[in-house]
Amino acid sequence: MKRAFPILSILTAVFLAYALHLALSKDTPTDAQQGDVYRIIYYHVPSAWTAFLLFFINFIASIQYLASAKETTERAARWIVIAIGIIGVIVTYLPQVKQQLIAAGMQPSAMATTVLCIPAFYFFVGWLFPGDRLDVLAVTTAEVGVVFCTIVLVTGPIWARPVWGIWWAPADIRLTSTLVLWLIYVSYLVLRRFSSSAQTQMLAAALAVFGALDVPLVYFSIWFFRTQHPQPVIGGGGSIDPRMLHVLLMSWMAFLCFAFLVSWSRFQLELLHRRVEAAHANRWRNE
Amino acid sequence: MNALKFLYAAYIATWTIHVFYLGTLVQRYRRLRREMNELAKTK
Repeated sequence: MKRAFPILSILTAVFLAYALHLALSKDTPTDAQQGDVYRIIYYHVPSAWTAFLLFFINFIASIQYLASAKETTERAARWIVIAIGIIGVIVTYLPQVKQQLIAAGMQPSAMATTVLCIPAFYFFVGWLFPGDRLDVLAVTTAEVGVVFCTIVLVTGPIWARPVWGIWWAPADIRLTSTLVLWLIYVSYLVLRRFSSSAQTQMLAAALAVFGALDVPLVYFSIWFFRTQHPQPVIGGGGSIDPRMLHVLLMSWMAFLCFAFLVSWSRFQLELLHRRVEAAHANRWRNE
Repeated sequence: MNALKFLYAAYIATWTIHVFYLGTLVQRYRRLRREMNELAKTK
């Protein structure tokens, strides 16, 4: 990966430049109501999706880290995750649920596949990041996730001002729950930074597990509550021109590549930090 | 034109945040590398 990093960085920069070109291009249609200001969507929405993905990875890593404290809890967690996958697939095909999914424009098979990805991803993460590396992954994804969530909270009001006439709607559930999500993960990072207790990693993992529960609240809030925020353009009540959707997905792919590289860099930085701490501890022991 | 300034502000803000964060990563990396080299020298 170290050798491939410069090439991947250049490719990602080219991809981001291409996504920016598509976002601002006259070939990408303009929104009939909002005009060109709607093009903020090509940075705002991909940043949100990337932040959610990173917080989800943080959630999986934190659960695994907590479970790995004892062999019994680790085994129990594995069986619980497998059970979630199996039950999730069964529930997807129940007649009432199947009907609701089809009404919302989703195929039951697609939902079942998505549900099965959860245990698959759980085991994949555990295999790829054994032992303490789970904790390194957790702190990495939390930090990079906070950066992307910050961008969502900055670009959102910038977009809202010309469209809604206000920077922020205080009673809006989507906006408030996103701000709460950001605050939870900032407090996670503050805990990691300033706590020197031996239990810091465990406490932070526990905080992350509960903090991640805010992610589905943020995403589904516009289904369950009256909100000023537009409906989701994919899998929701909203709709989007196919050409705009293409640009949105390209933009997201570009930001995912960027997030991957930044996360990898942060991961290496955390490993170096731990090596330095271990070297310090070693020196004091020898003195 | 007035609405376009919000578009550019959003894009500039995004990259300012990313560049600032990357800058902090580089700074932290350099500090840790210096510490590691000093520890290696005192061994």
